[in-house]
Amino acid sequence: MRAVLSRLAGALPTLCGVVLVTFLLTRVLPGDTATYFAGPTASAESIAQIRTALGLDLPLPEQFWRYVVALSHGDLGMSLTTGQPVRTELITRLPASAELTLCALLLAIGIAVPLGVLAAVRQGSLIDHVCRVVTTAGVSLPVFFTGLLLVYVFYFLLGWFPAPLGRLDAFATAPAHVTGFYLIDALLAHDMETFRAAFAQIVLPAVTLALFALAPIARITRASMLAVLGSEFIRTARASGLSGPTVILTYALRNALLPVVTVLGMVFSFLLGANVLVEKVFAWPGIGSFAVEALIASDFAPVQGFVLTMAVLYVLLNLGIDLLNRAIDPRARRGT
Amino acid sequence: MSEPVLAVEDLSVAFHTRAGVVRALDRVGFAVAAGETMALVGESGSGKSVTAYAIMGLLEAAGRITGGRAVLRDTDLLAASAWELARIRGRRIAMIFQNPRAALNPIRAVGRQIADVLLRHGGATRFNAKNKAIEALRAVGIPDPARRAKAYPFELSGGMCQRVMIAIAVAARPELLIADEPTTGLDVTTQAVVMDLIKAMASQTGMATILITHDLALAAERADRIAVMHAGHMVEAAETAHLLARPMHPYTARLIAATPTAAGSLDALQSVPGGLPDLRAATIPHCRYSARCERRLAACDQVVAMRDQGPGHSVACWNPLGLAA
Amino acid sequence: MSASETTPVDVAAPAVARATASARANSFAHIRYVLGENPVTLFAALLFAAYALMALFGPLFAPYDPLASDTVRALRPPDWHHWFGTDQLGRDILSRVIVATRIDLGIALASVALVFAAGGLAGLAAGFFGGWVDAVIGRIADTIMAFPLFVLAMGIVAALGNTIPNIVLATAIINFPLYARVARAETLTRREAGFVDAARLSGHRDGALLLLQVLPNIMPIMVVQMSLTMGYAILNAAGLSFIGLGVRPPTAEWGIMVAEGASFIVSGEWWIALFPGATLMLAVFCFNLLGDGLRDIVDPRRRT
Repeated sequence: MRAVLSRLAGALPTLCGVVLVTFLLTRVLPGDTATYFAGPTASAESIAQIRTALGLDLPLPEQFWRYVVALSHGDLGMSLTTGQPVRTELITRLPASAELTLCALLLAIGIAVPLGVLAAVRQGSLIDHVCRVVTTAGVSLPVFFTGLLLVYVFYFLLGWFPAPLGRLDAFATAPAHVTGFYLIDALLAHDMETFRAAFAQIVLPAVTLALFALAPIARITRASMLAVLGSEFIRTARASGLSGPTVILTYALRNALLPVVTVLGMVFSFLLGANVLVEKVFAWPGIGSFAVEALIASDFAPVQGFVLTMAVLYVLLNLGIDLLNRAIDPRARRGT
Repeated sequence: MSEPVLAVEDLSVAFHTRAGVVRALDRVGFAVAAGETMALVGESGSGKSVTAYAIMGLLEAAGRITGGRAVLRDTDLLAASAWELARIRGRRIAMIFQNPRAALNPIRAVGRQIADVLLRHGGATRFNAKNKAIEALRAVGIPDPARRAKAYPFELSGGMCQRVMIAIAVAARPELLIADEPTTGLDVTTQAVVMDLIKAMASQTGMATILITHDLALAAERADRIAVMHAGHMVEAAETAHLLARPMHPYTARLIAATPTAAGSLDALQSVPGGLPDLRAATIPHCRYSARCERRLAACDQVVAMRDQGPGHSVACWNPLGLAA
Repeated sequence: MSASETTPVDVAAPAVARATASARANSFAHIRYVLGENPVTLFAALLFAAYALMALFGPLFAPYDPLASDTVRALRPPDWHHWFGTDQLGRDILSRVIVATRIDLGIALASVALVFAAGGLAGLAAGFFGGWVDAVIGRIADTIMAFPLFVLAMGIVAALGNTIPNIVLATAIINFPLYARVARAETLTRREAGFVDAARLSGHRDGALLLLQVLPNIMPIMVVQMSLTMGYAILNAAGLSFIGLGVRPPTAEWGIMVAEGASFIVSGEWWIALFPGATLMLAVFCFNLLGDGLRDIVDPRRRT
């Protein structure tokens, strides 16, 4: 418990830095900031109003203070394009992005870890070569391109999956909101129709995103497993006559997964970024596409809110990974 | 000797590497009797550990056993299937290693590691495994075993880790224990404690011990018999006292001369001249020591095998020391 | 000369020892050796040369004007006149892909050069001077790393304005921590190595030390890093363009072209997105392989 609190405390300076950067980003806009927040169609009066409301004529530190205060009340400004508070939009759309990213991550781990383990255990075999090709090629894939390719093959050519038009096709309705995750909510409501519809829509984008995360995870699993299999304690385990599965799974794999957990931090950084691109390709109504649409319309409050949200999420995710590491590796716990 | 626990004959091992085939072991043979401690002695690179790994079936992927037998009572280990070997290892033949902390699973409590082995070899059930593990820790002299069982290797000293390893090794009361440089890296006091512990375990169960070491003084102190290896060859084997008093192989004599003793002076130490031959070479002289030997004869180009030169004393040499007539 | 017995002879060791020895005598022979041993690296080097040539001279050989639209010939699949087909405005895709090479590689090269200079110098200073210099640079790097990198790039380009120089800047900023860290680590290693102290003792001033002693020593690792980052920079620039940041139509750039082709791929006109996308992928792949190969030349111990 104390470790959790101390880690949280350690994350505070980072969060401060994040808030500062997002503040500065909007204050370095070329030209008059107020014009950007008022929008291209605003009159001189509304621009002046915005200017006072945002406190843009005040000295910079005071502006920052007002920004922080607003943030602490959860006020992220208004979106010009939708007319809604940015915060509301983000909260409504967050489950969509979260569902997609989580599905992708689970899929990626589910494939990459066994692949890496098998490649390490059976060095030089076909699986090993497949793994190596996957990891080398995987880091070169432009995620938006693979998404389009998948759409072309599996929707246009094969017709196995529906058109990339978002979370549900035109005929289905969203299940009753419990978590915001359509898959879970549909199951909770025992609505198999909707579940199937939501599932069909999420497969291609999740696979696209998963492919992206697959490469680094498989690579590190394989490398880590190889290193562990050659280590001295595995030799002892074998010399003690422990069974094959015990040696590989209980002894080797648990040790090999430690670097994998650490690398998840970097994987999340890529995933959260790639999320934006995938949402655009598949018209997925998440916070990424929200930000992209706002960008195109020169609507800056959503972009600022989006960057801030993603950063905070990322800090929390890294915190989680750090805690996970401490939980599974006793050596990380010493010298708290 | 009466039926030996382990009898190794003509064991040959080669490593297939991209730079060539390394003939690491060439027709190595020895035997160990029940309750006996035999030391396998030689400089680094002589093949001592490779011998042990070959017997245990733990050779690296690049290593191949190209000939010979290693008979543990009635089972030829080298002919056993992987499945059979996995049942024999830990149960009938066990091994402990150098650098004990690295040889234990760093993220698993030591009690659990002992319990794993006990469960595997039938020494415990799921219900009493934990207690039996604590008992095992107590038996190897670890104080406060109940608390220590929950410790991780990084929390224990080198000496304690070695005790844990010994506990793991003898958990199933094996017939033979191979100790590969068990005391290297430990301080002198701990060395003595560890060796005493091994001896105590051995006398309790009649277990035989092979002590692999480059330290001739340690072998002299602890072993009943000493077998000397050089460059993958067995060159001499005899009872300890005999070997030290009347070594017959020139290499053995040089090793003894190079070993510091409490009584002798450092100036009197002489190193063994030359170095180990390159085992990848296509042509290795049959006696691998002949290149560095001052007693070399023309006959030394011929194949030389271990031959009895006295009771329990065999030598592989065409020109041994102290040969009667 | 003893052959180790507890570890089997590391076969690469004698081969590498030979290679390193000749490297000191003749690094050319060494490079030739590595390329020979590793055909994949050779392939990557040739591919890189092809891309470089395409970037430099491609536009001279493009069969059509990349900006010339011809609505009569719109949306034609690949045929003998247009090897890559035409897009929705009738523009020849092959020409556009060729011309785009210069832009994409140019952006990537500019970002990498920028981050190499800024990050490298920052890391050098942090490692060499330590103290508050190190602390400040560390803080800056940590703050950048607190963001998901692509998201930060989006934010920067959105804030500073939708132009190509800003893409270059944003890409450089998000790679800054990595370069600073690598440069710092290498500098620290060199600093501990003693020859800095030796040079100082013989009277050289810090500035000269930095430039003459430490900088040349960290170059090899930095060059490897640059090659690897090129691939990432290309992906980054294309990704930003895909969502409408930076490069704007009608400029030909791989990311934009894929974006333009996206709406057509659902109706089956695959060539508009495929060719730029495949070229993009191949370029990134090439730089990744090249980086791995360079790493082998520079430090065989770090082979993946």
